[in-house]
Amino acid sequence: MATAETTRTSRRKAILSRLAVPVLAIFTALVVASLAMVLSGTNPIKAYLALGEGAFGSQVAIVETLIKATPFLLAGLGIALAFRGGLFNIGVEGQLFVGSAVTVIIGYSVELPAVLHISLALLGGMLGGAIWSAIPGYLKARNGAHEVITTIMLNFIALRVINWAIGVDGPMRAPRTVVPETPAVFESARLPILIPDSRLHAGVIIAIVAAFVVYWLMWRTVTGFELRTVGANPSAAHYAGINVKFNIVRTMALSGALAGLGGGIQVLGLEPYNFTTGFNVGLGFDSIAVAVLGSIHPVGVALAALLFGAMDAGARLMQLRTKVPIDVVTIVQGLILAFVAADQIIRRLYRIRAEAVEGPINISQMYGGGG
Amino acid sequence: MSEPVLRLVGISKRFPGVLANDKVDFELAPAEIHALLGENGAGKTTLMNVVYGLYEQDEGQIFINGEEVEIHDPNDALGRGIGMVHQHFMLVPVMTVTENMMLGHETTRGPRLGPLSDLDEERVAAEIKALGDQHGLSINPEAYVQDLSVGEEQRVEIVKALYRGAEVLILDEPTAVLTPQEAEDLFAIMRSLIAEGKSIIFITHKLKEVLAIADRITVLRDGRVVGTTEPSVTNENELAAMMVGREVILQVEKGPADPGEAVLEVQDLQVRDIREQQVVRGVSFTVQAGEILGIAGVQGNGQAELVEALTGLTPVESGHIYLHGQETTYMKPRDITELGMAHVPEDRHKHGLVLSYPIDENLILQTYYLPPFSRRTFIQPKEVRENAEKLVREYDVRTPSIATRAGSLSGGNQQKVIVARELSREVHLLIANQPTRGLDVGSIEYIHNRIVEKRDEGVGVLLVSSELDEILSLADRIAVMYAGEILAVIPAREATKERLGLLMAGVREAPDSLAAD
Amino acid sequence: MDAAFFGGLLFLALVKATPIAFGAMGGLMSERSGVINIAIEGMMLVGAMMAFLGSVIFNDLTGGALPPIASLLAGLIVAMISAALVALLHAFISIYYRVDQIISGTVINLLAVGVTNFVANAYIDPNGLAGVGVFPVITIPILSEIPFIGPIFFDHQPLVYLMLIMVAVLQYALFKTPWGLRIRAVGEHPRAADTVGINVNRSRYINVTLGGVLAGLGGAFLVLESVGRFQKLMTTGRGFIALAALIFGKWTSVGALGSALLFGFAEALGVRLQLGDVNELQALALLAGIGIIVLAVAWGMLKLIRRGEDKRPNRTIGVVAIVGLALTTAAFLIDWPIFEIPIQFLGLLPYVATVLVLAGFVGRAIPPAAIGRPYEKA
Repeated sequence: MATAETTRTSRRKAILSRLAVPVLAIFTALVVASLAMVLSGTNPIKAYLALGEGAFGSQVAIVETLIKATPFLLAGLGIALAFRGGLFNIGVEGQLFVGSAVTVIIGYSVELPAVLHISLALLGGMLGGAIWSAIPGYLKARNGAHEVITTIMLNFIALRVINWAIGVDGPMRAPRTVVPETPAVFESARLPILIPDSRLHAGVIIAIVAAFVVYWLMWRTVTGFELRTVGANPSAAHYAGINVKFNIVRTMALSGALAGLGGGIQVLGLEPYNFTTGFNVGLGFDSIAVAVLGSIHPVGVALAALLFGAMDAGARLMQLRTKVPIDVVTIVQGLILAFVAADQIIRRLYRIRAEAVEGPINISQMYGGGG
Repeated sequence: MSEPVLRLVGISKRFPGVLANDKVDFELAPAEIHALLGENGAGKTTLMNVVYGLYEQDEGQIFINGEEVEIHDPNDALGRGIGMVHQHFMLVPVMTVTENMMLGHETTRGPRLGPLSDLDEERVAAEIKALGDQHGLSINPEAYVQDLSVGEEQRVEIVKALYRGAEVLILDEPTAVLTPQEAEDLFAIMRSLIAEGKSIIFITHKLKEVLAIADRITVLRDGRVVGTTEPSVTNENELAAMMVGREVILQVEKGPADPGEAVLEVQDLQVRDIREQQVVRGVSFTVQAGEILGIAGVQGNGQAELVEALTGLTPVESGHIYLHGQETTYMKPRDITELGMAHVPEDRHKHGLVLSYPIDENLILQTYYLPPFSRRTFIQPKEVRENAEKLVREYDVRTPSIATRAGSLSGGNQQKVIVARELSREVHLLIANQPTRGLDVGSIEYIHNRIVEKRDEGVGVLLVSSELDEILSLADRIAVMYAGEILAVIPAREATKERLGLLMAGVREAPDSLAAD
Repeated sequence: MDAAFFGGLLFLALVKATPIAFGAMGGLMSERSGVINIAIEGMMLVGAMMAFLGSVIFNDLTGGALPPIASLLAGLIVAMISAALVALLHAFISIYYRVDQIISGTVINLLAVGVTNFVANAYIDPNGLAGVGVFPVITIPILSEIPFIGPIFFDHQPLVYLMLIMVAVLQYALFKTPWGLRIRAVGEHPRAADTVGINVNRSRYINVTLGGVLAGLGGAFLVLESVGRFQKLMTTGRGFIALAALIFGKWTSVGALGSALLFGFAEALGVRLQLGDVNELQALALLAGIGIIVLAVAWGMLKLIRRGEDKRPNRTIGVVAIVGLALTTAAFLIDWPIFEIPIQFLGLLPYVATVLVLAGFVGRAIPPAAIGRPYEKA
């Protein structure tokens, strides 16, 4: 039997080798994207320097990075949690919308004491996200409808319904505005600012706490054991007496709740404290890359969210200085996902030995309507 | 002796971490049945997959009719007259027999449009019908493969090999899915093929069959050839010793059973499978404390569904199941487990283990939510670890640590983890479904002894196995299952292979010869 | 509402169904060979953008010396090639690197969004590129004269005809040719295919890539026959709707066309509703009626093709068809009460229908047995 000492060294080695692939994937993605920049006539080094400065160059930049990282962290945690349960929640985008919408309704329609109001609004957002996510969970558990397509369809539905609600004569439309937007939430529902005269709101702390809670839930509770067992081997879970169908719905709901919380925090934490069209579009999809880059582990997801937040925060300065469109960031993010998912590309490129760290992600089971 | 049709010289094949074939020499004479005998994992199938082009050898040469050949893929093998009937049939279930025959070298008609030409199904159907009749293998070309019985599928596979022009036929464990009587029919077909000048390589691990049908026998062990012999100069014991490398104890040591009260009572149980086919048809039996009831039968006669119904994994259509007098017919798996049922499942990778989990988590698969492993919904890592360390010691699981993933253990050690988990709970009934399939002899002995030990402690045991030898050496009473029914329950001392074989083939006994239940 | 109006609705349904049917056929080739393809959306998006760029750049290079149709054809070819390359990437990641096929598809969809937005923002918009136009309508003589049917089927732009031809060719090829036999075997039981000398992974590479060509045509349709220019994210989920059509059509091209028509019909109804030509309840009744008829027809055809697999009697199909006809007739004859639904909600119809299809509320589908699993020799 291994001694505690050797266990610790081997664990350190394992952590290092886990980090190798994501770090090299980021590096490779940046290199590949720089080719696109060269093609469009920009010096990529200048662009990346501007990106870095925009993300970490000043207190304002760092605050911006943190508040951009917050929704990535929450949505990424939601996706990671679903992955652990064997589900691909690609509907985080729609769940974010629903979460924001419910939170904003609670925020602008009643006035309550601050702590109560914030809690109620965020809980409402979580519930909204959870329900929106539990629907595909239920359809999968009951009829085997693969969640990848149903959640995407629910994204479109959420988007269109909310656009109607804030559109002309919509029930959520703010009075006397030209742009489609809701009224701002009451003061009492707004998240407190942590550093005076900055945009750093308490949502950052909520997100970090959520990461701890997810870690603890997954590896230290009965719920987490069931969630992971169903994800790793549904047949064995059934054999072990775990209610697989209930777990699918529960996992989707938990995942959607995290996304809904992320959406709610965006509404309560940032100016102008309301919901408008084009709000956070694409965030849910980018969070897939955050979850996969973070090895679907809460600590990894937190680091990945920070990186994505930094890229988003720095992109504006990059565009300003070098005329590189912000979309280059999307390409980098997509490439990172590609390289992390296809880790053998990276392993071969940099000659890293493969080792069985985790079972491979397998979410292609039960594709289509039937068994 | 004439030129061998097939000669292998010094064939070696490596897989990561394993040397599956180590400098194997082998010869097949014309019109010969040459048996390739060995335990599971001895390298028989690997060797034949090399010959058939599914693998390429790392070293060694292949000669066909004296000429050295290179075989890179099955097309090369088929082109040189080598056909193979795999253990798991290589037929597409949703296609017709004719479509399966055509696959890979299609006959077309009309304008030549390459891959988009028109398939000539009528012509092929007529050809294979004629070919089958010529060799006494009747097949229906229009039938869908998914509607065929196992025996029919095997005939289709043999005709498929002949249709592709096979002169050398490799049969991989062809009797594993057959009753003894069906196996006899197969042997007759094999003899008639030999009479027409074909040559056959017969892969098996069953000693009696080898002695009955083979002209020559080559024994493989751990990837090496142990020797080549003939049935006239050898016997079962000698072959067994060659296969295993030491004298084998063919009988498990066990005293007489001391049956107590009924632990499991099953009354008129009916179960349907996912395709709504009735697969268990009115089964009734009883398992008493302190006895082993063996369920014999060819695989696929409803045993798997019976076990799944008993353990709550599959819903019951009608009938009753009582565990210790309490009705469990419509209970969930967890409730049945809590009543004291242990289950060693047929497929240890699918049901028995979470391969990506470490051993310690696999050992709490059904008890994770109970104290001491969890308190107020929190998992207690220390208790989980201590439990694992204790069981790994007690059940002799060979592993570097309890944090090792179950997937990286050997089959024998994986099965020991399952047995440890199931038997470490307080159990009244143990259901073991094919508990030793694919294991090495040492692990088989170990698991057999543990099962007998549990019986002697007063646990009722239901043993399901398609290996007659396992049933005969362990069971106190034997029930034979055929087409979803139990045809008879007979005391082990009155059971002979012949009698069980007839029952397994569905031949009912006259009422007066039925022994008391 | 009269027959001419109804004919117009069906005409529009066929147009709207075209990109979905192309996407579904792209998915068919991939998934029949055992590779899940949720990247159809990305392939269509890339196809749309490249069709636009290809036609515009070709037009620039030739300085307008050639008729616009030449530029449009150039765009079409560029779209097919580039979508095929995207498909090849999907094949490479999921076959060679064995990445989970759904993850691989997601990667491609994200990259497609990123790349097309990038190109639109960095190149198309700043340069104010305008399109070359759209393919002209080709009215087929004689056939288009047939009353009612003629104007619905024989008065279209070329890609609509191409789609109908491809549906027929694929349906035949899948069940009656060596190619079809092999692709089905590879998707159902790859090991069996391997043992008779079929190269499973090569077959998958080829079919996934050719599927990309079809998906690219679907994307090209949006630019070259519909909008006339590229817009960011212009596929708006059609790739996913195509997959639902494929599943609903039980992985056959005729079935996929039937369900694509249903989605197209829903979209067409939405358009007519916006114009105020029908009222909401009437539209729903019409949609349900047509849906049931399509179901009955598809069912009957499937039964003819795959004899023996479906044991339900022909009578049931007849009854279903009559119910559908009755409902459709009622949609015309009854004076439906006014019931206002916001217009945006009608745009939801295809999405809601997709969810219902997948949830198996309208019949279950069994995918090719080996779908989603990389093939290993060992």
